[in-house]
Amino acid sequence: MRARIALRSVFVTTRKDIKIYYKKAPVWIFGLLLPLFLFLAFFIGRDLDTRQYFPGFLAMSLFFTASSVGPLIIPWEKQAGTFERLLSYPVSLSTMVIGDILAGVAFGTVISLIVAVIGAAFLAIGVADAMMLFVFFAVGNLCFAALGTLLSASSGRVPSNTMMLSALVRFPLIFISGVFVPLGSIHGAGAYLAYASPLTYLVDGFDHSLGVDSFVPASIGILVLVLYSLLFFGLTIVLLRRNLMKGL
Amino acid sequence: MGEIEAVGLVKRFGDITAVDDVSFSVGETEFFGLLGPNGAGKTTTIRLMTGILKPDAGDIRIDGIDLLADPFDAKMRLGAVPEVGNIYTDLSAMENLDLVGRYYGLSKDERRQRSKALLETLSLWDRRNDPLRKYSKGMRQRVSVACALIHEPPVLFLDEPTEGLDVQSRRIIVDLVKQMNRKGTSVILTTHNIDEASRLCERVCIINHGKIIAISSPEQLRMAYEKNLAVEVSFNKKIDRCLLEECTPGEIEEWGDKFRLLTADPDKTIQKIMEVRKEHDLKIVSIQTVGPSLEDVFVKLTEGPR
Repeated sequence: MRARIALRSVFVTTRKDIKIYYKKAPVWIFGLLLPLFLFLAFFIGRDLDTRQYFPGFLAMSLFFTASSVGPLIIPWEKQAGTFERLLSYPVSLSTMVIGDILAGVAFGTVISLIVAVIGAAFLAIGVADAMMLFVFFAVGNLCFAALGTLLSASSGRVPSNTMMLSALVRFPLIFISGVFVPLGSIHGAGAYLAYASPLTYLVDGFDHSLGVDSFVPASIGILVLVLYSLLFFGLTIVLLRRNLMKGL
Repeated sequence: MGEIEAVGLVKRFGDITAVDDVSFSVGETEFFGLLGPNGAGKTTTIRLMTGILKPDAGDIRIDGIDLLADPFDAKMRLGAVPEVGNIYTDLSAMENLDLVGRYYGLSKDERRQRSKALLETLSLWDRRNDPLRKYSKGMRQRVSVACALIHEPPVLFLDEPTEGLDVQSRRIIVDLVKQMNRKGTSVILTTHNIDEASRLCERVCIINHGKIIAISSPEQLRMAYEKNLAVEVSFNKKIDRCLLEECTPGEIEEWGDKFRLLTADPDKTIQKIMEVRKEHDLKIVSIQTVGPSLEDVFVKLTEGPR
């Protein structure tokens, strides 16, 4: 009975998030348009091998879309007073957060699949390991959707504050994770930073799956992304419990 | 049907004890009021009892189920209207009710039928598909109450449900809640509107500084303060209150065109008023002896430094 109610609360929360929040402008601007413009700014006018950089672009697109709505849901809910009400329904903080994460996964999957299909069609990108591509899609979305909810966990009821925090965390990550500079070209302290970033393992995993040189064994990459997902989820719950009254 | 039990509830925020050893029980089909000044701990108590916050100590049972040990099952049995906003203004009334119905596991037919019945009762059926951002505050609050009732809970918590609403919305909400109560729902209401509490509640609990300071029926609370009687009088023309100062050793208050003379001996006060009337050639328009209102009792119990 309890498991059924808990499972239901997860899926109803996911459905609610998709229905209400994915139509909002900030989600599309910060989740889709911004990474696209970043990529164009990097590539236009430069003689770069698009096929070599495509896995990085795909990873960046997945990273931004999966983590775009998570930071905003809880501040929006707190601002509207719906957060308090949600907690009085048969839900728990954990099931609510899992529901939010799954909504991020759904958004990230749809958008990054569109990017992958367009890339495959126009850039003639071949798939070297379809199974690993699928797995990296799944764990990558899970990891960065969890990061999105973590970014919202310490916030109150002002979405713009969360957006600032979100930008502060997400933008540096794309510059240290092998998106614009191949992982093999990063040395010294930069390499330590790169290997501390979860995005690095997704970029490298996509490199492996799409036949570009990769540096980390795929199984290690998957394990790291799963561990980061669990860490982000755990931290989200701890911070949400601590900040529960903030903005209520 | 729903019983509610709180035993030894404690909730601290840092050094502040917001709820301090609060215990009470609400019987099946009882209408129970939680009164107190701002910051007294009412909303925190409701948040504890609806599973929004976890207490630092104490137990809560909702319809016989331990809320802390089995929160999912306990929450299935309660409906709550929190203090603010709390519905999705991007969605329509039907969509809000559908969403809440899904959380409680109602079938599609149940969601549709109950939404229709509730929105008709709340005079919102014609506007059912409009997004709530186009609704007035009163209409939104009606939807909020409907959301708390869609699963027909045996226990209902209402935190200031009629605060700042127009008369029509207030009446519609109060009528619906009374109807649910008659059908068997136990209700806990927090309100600043003491008149409303006095009319609706079988028992009220007055809370201040996080502690319960009185718990009884409104009538019994008034009777406990029966010694605080007053005589209300109005004359055919305006007079200075100093003319009445000899009539009572207690305070004199001006209430519109009436004077309210607080007294322990109404008979003697009335005699003195008659003397003033004769001496100054006045006519009495109305005169009556009144006991303390629930508001008087509330003020008496909660006055002092906060």
